[in-house]
Amino acid sequence: MKIYIPLDSAAVALGADALAAAVAAEARRLDREVEIIRNGSRGMVWLEPLVEVVTPQGRIGFGPMTPADVPGLFADLAVHPKALGPVEELPWMKGQTRLTFARVGIIDPLSLADYEAEGGLSGLRKAVAMDPAAIVAEVTASGLRGRGGAGFPTGIKWKTVSEAVADRKYIVCNADEGDSATFADRMLMEGDPFTLIEGMIIAGLATGATKGFVYIRSEYPVAIRVMEEACRLARAAGLLGGSVLGSGPAFDIEIRVGAGAYVCGEETSLLNSLEGKRGVVRAKPPLPALEGFLGRPTVVNNVISLASVPVIFEKGAAFYKDFGLGRSRGTIPLQIAGNVRFGGLYEVAFGLTLGDIVDGIAGGCATGRPVKAVQVGGPLGAYHPRSEFDTPFGYEEFAGKDGLIGHAGLTVFDDSADMLKQARFAMEFCAIESCGKCTPCRIGAVRGVETVDRIAKGDAAAIPLLTDLCVTMKSGSLCALGGFTPYPVMSALTHFPDDFARSKEAAE
Amino acid sequence: MLDVSMVSDRVADILAAHRDLEGPLLPILHAIQAEFGYIPQSTLPGIAKALNLSKAEVHGVISFYHDFREAPAGRHVLKLCRAEACQAMGADRVAAHAQGTLGVDWHGTTEDGAVTLEPVFCLGLCACGPAAMVDGRLVGRCDEVEIDALIAEVRA
Repeated sequence: MKIYIPLDSAAVALGADALAAAVAAEARRLDREVEIIRNGSRGMVWLEPLVEVVTPQGRIGFGPMTPADVPGLFADLAVHPKALGPVEELPWMKGQTRLTFARVGIIDPLSLADYEAEGGLSGLRKAVAMDPAAIVAEVTASGLRGRGGAGFPTGIKWKTVSEAVADRKYIVCNADEGDSATFADRMLMEGDPFTLIEGMIIAGLATGATKGFVYIRSEYPVAIRVMEEACRLARAAGLLGGSVLGSGPAFDIEIRVGAGAYVCGEETSLLNSLEGKRGVVRAKPPLPALEGFLGRPTVVNNVISLASVPVIFEKGAAFYKDFGLGRSRGTIPLQIAGNVRFGGLYEVAFGLTLGDIVDGIAGGCATGRPVKAVQVGGPLGAYHPRSEFDTPFGYEEFAGKDGLIGHAGLTVFDDSADMLKQARFAMEFCAIESCGKCTPCRIGAVRGVETVDRIAKGDAAAIPLLTDLCVTMKSGSLCALGGFTPYPVMSALTHFPDDFARSKEAAE
Repeated sequence: MLDVSMVSDRVADILAAHRDLEGPLLPILHAIQAEFGYIPQSTLPGIAKALNLSKAEVHGVISFYHDFREAPAGRHVLKLCRAEACQAMGADRVAAHAQGTLGVDWHGTTEDGAVTLEPVFCLGLCACGPAAMVDGRLVGRCDEVEIDALIAEVRA
């Protein structure tokens, strides 16, 4: 009997470790042979821990499981109260186009044999036979843009590094996924780490870099453990080390752990942190592509950008580019979070509307109350009201609504949300996490909290002041922390003015 | 109280183990904190000397990052997520409950030294909030009842 129980952090947070222990104990009690595989999550977080039993009819899901449901797994499965049927047939799974997440939840994340059996390494095998310019051209042709939030074309970044002349070059994977509502990087690293490793090796081949770093935030202990073990296995298998696949150049990867600073998700701050400095943002130029880690040409890409590279080589740039809309090509792993009935990860081509996602896929609010606002793109993203639910999910489409898609996380709020409080939090968060280098962010965020507090006390004259402050922060900050904090603040103010119209009497 | 010669021996080992890394300061600080639970002030001169930095520069790095402690925490550390996805599920209410029960504000340690309460901005458990972490163990859908159970558990 073969049973899959996720090792994914969300599953573990909901009891997967205790469940795995209960399954092992029950098997011992019944003297039954059971192989427990700790897989990644399928992304249906409301069903976690989601256990899958391998049967002649395929992998049958059971969830959300509790230890009390375990004995039933050793009896007639058809009558198990938590039986969901074949996992692949669930509507959440059937509606997706899983390219980057094709293997997540399916394979044993730390089995290279599983990885190869499901198509892993076929992209790298093609790339290793290509010259660097052809690899860069393939990535450019795929239309892949940075999935970390900025949406910069990946191929152009790689080309700059590839053409730079230096004694050493680096590939840095930004796994400092600090935005609330985002967990795609975490799920990918926990559920299919070799995909990220393969993508980084291809980036190395394309640019002439021989060393890679994965900078993972310390809040992700499971991802750190899985990535470290995967790198060790990849080294033992000759995937990493002196010669990639035995025929390519050298490439190795080192896992580095952050230390709880949100701003280190910004690429120049991350590079300073990697060098052992305070995570202070650097002015650009010079671009990291020319003067990055230790002053050398450096590719800094998000986990999902790099993890999307293998499938582009496996299936071809044209295949990948065929998905999407406008200048947003390929697929995007939506992360549906906050107050939702069905939350989790849903990979799909760009182009679904916000309403399709929130009312359709997510099924509205978990509390059963009406949806009031959806924050798209993390703490620096705008709050969108229902009137913008027709916006298609794409980089330019959300920019056109004074927002951003960021790392594609969506936080849903019900009608009990107080948008003035959310605006205050955006400023407070910026004040806590500011690196302190530029004044609009360092001072502006503190003044922003004070100004929102004045509005909360019924001082309507502070509203134009807040607007003015947001203009200064937006145009005068060095990086996205100070520069984008105005998005949640101004969207809250613009779309939900009633929440800012406090009467003095009510406040007192 | 830490034994001074024991500390300097361990720090020397840690510094030697990280000698060949590019940009070794964060890994060194993590290792020291993993060893002692915080970064003792007495370790700064040795770190600074090994990396050819000033003590002020090392202090500057330690004080920049939320993770690094300059004094020991309580016997258990309870981290509660304060970020938006958890807020949408009532994290503010849960945090206020935890603060009230423990009698501490953020970053505070209970009088008996049992629990330090820390805010965290996202554990990546945004579809099963409010999220918490107790001594490295992740907890999803952490409502008031769950908080009470966690506090009782670590105080037992």
